[in-house]
Amino acid sequence: MNYPAIKAIYIFEMSRMRRTLFQSIVSPVISTTLYFVVFGAAIGSRITEIDGVSYGSFIVPGLIMLSILTESVSNASFGIYFPKFSGSIYEVLSAPISYIEITIGYVGAAASKSIIVGSIILLTANLFVPIQIAHPIWMITFLILTAISFSLLGFILGIWADNWEKLAIAPTLIITPLAFLGGSFYSITMLPPFWQKITLLNPVVYLISGFRWSFYENADVSVYVSVGMIGLFLLICLMLVWFIFKTGYRLRV
Amino acid sequence: MSTMDSIIQIKNLSKTYADGFQALNSISLDINKGEIFALLGPNGAGKTTLINMICGIVNIQDGMVSVDGHDVVRDYRKTRSMIGLVPQELTSETFETVWGTVSFSRGLFGKKQDILYVEKILKALSLWEKKDNTILTLSGGMKRRVLIAKALAHEPKIIFLDEPTAGVDVELRQDMWEVVRQLKEEGVTIILTTHYIEEAEQIADRVGIINHGELILVQEKNSLMLELGQKHLHINLVNPLKVIPASLMDFRVELSACNKILIYTYDKNDDFGVSSILELLSSLGIAYHDLDTKESSLEEIFVDLVNRKLT
Repeated sequence: MNYPAIKAIYIFEMSRMRRTLFQSIVSPVISTTLYFVVFGAAIGSRITEIDGVSYGSFIVPGLIMLSILTESVSNASFGIYFPKFSGSIYEVLSAPISYIEITIGYVGAAASKSIIVGSIILLTANLFVPIQIAHPIWMITFLILTAISFSLLGFILGIWADNWEKLAIAPTLIITPLAFLGGSFYSITMLPPFWQKITLLNPVVYLISGFRWSFYENADVSVYVSVGMIGLFLLICLMLVWFIFKTGYRLRV
Repeated sequence: MSTMDSIIQIKNLSKTYADGFQALNSISLDINKGEIFALLGPNGAGKTTLINMICGIVNIQDGMVSVDGHDVVRDYRKTRSMIGLVPQELTSETFETVWGTVSFSRGLFGKKQDILYVEKILKALSLWEKKDNTILTLSGGMKRRVLIAKALAHEPKIIFLDEPTAGVDVELRQDMWEVVRQLKEEGVTIILTTHYIEEAEQIADRVGIINHGELILVQEKNSLMLELGQKHLHINLVNPLKVIPASLMDFRVELSACNKILIYTYDKNDDFGVSSILELLSSLGIAYHDLDTKESSLEEIFVDLVNRKLT
């Protein structure tokens, strides 16, 4: 293992977070605060408790997950796309590092950033609503697994994208709708039976359900199914990354 | 030089891109340890593809490359850690500082941080004053220096300089060649491509000429200049000539447009041509008041070779 190389990529990527502190941390906190004001205080006060949890508290895991998904994808995709765009990717490709080490560096940094953002949102939410974490170990496990999985997805998207438009499409047209329709703001049991079945095709449902269970012990699907789905998603992403580096897809001609 | 002294061995290297363009056609070449090798060729000749294949940026299709006895595909960790690359394009992380990007390069190539070494490089390349500047704020010449600093950050044994002086002013260019000379003194092998052929003429030990993906020639620069270089003797006549006398036709002579200069072209290793033609002119009663000689430059040899291959 070329640890200095992994460390170099990781530190280099994390330094971008420091340079863009406002964009990286302050803006997700502001948008989360706005969600609480709108959904928690304004609309939430008119909604009854869901499974014994106030609406404001109920949406916290979903909001954290929403940020984790979007931040992971956008950080990882930008992290690898920008060197491709600027041409500085030549250095990574000509360095004595394996594709596993490249992936650990970029994906590790992107996942770290989104976990930091998720933790800040959790602390911010704590200022607005009472929060209990019934299974902290599971909560951290879900948080880390989701951050890594979606950072891998972002990494793949960043390699696939050959222009800025494509880079922006995935988070806007895929991740955000899936997160919103995946039960961030509601329990899927509140949907008509037909839509409940359709919703189960959305992988984000399993992430949010499992994550919410770790807080309030309420889940739309079995927690084991949630863990299995995250594991499956992680495996698919790893296989895609392996294929990319094996073939040099969009990296080496 | 025998292959015992070679640090890079290239055998039958070919590359055809997905669009059908054949960039390299069975290139075989040995680069010797510690030499400065100038790879010359017109745009699109295959120079950058060759460099990128050695460095691992472009996949090897056919053939093989070894660096210090290690295959660049199988033993990529060993080979890449020995190589530093200065790319043709000014590519770097725009918002990173000079210090940050050079330190990143050192780490990326598996070296532990060494503040003193990075400081030494930045000072050698006159970048020390700019170490906290972001790349965005630097001029083109300074960005080029940063790329050189990045390539040197991991103390490579071999350095590829792909058009290192493109877009660089004269002063900076001279500084860069000074750095190249120092690296050579330290035993670093240098492979460079340049459009400034007079620079290659000054600095290179050997020259390779590549065109249409084929290596036309590889030779010691001095012997190339001697073998293919020609000299021109300009004989300034007292009285203009209307035609070249028949007895001079055995010599490669031509008359200038003003009819007052006879130009005699001869090979560098021709020991008797000049004295023979001057004796003949005296016997013909053709007076001259001045003589001067000019040598072919590497550029003229290069153009001649490339054109010869085309025809």
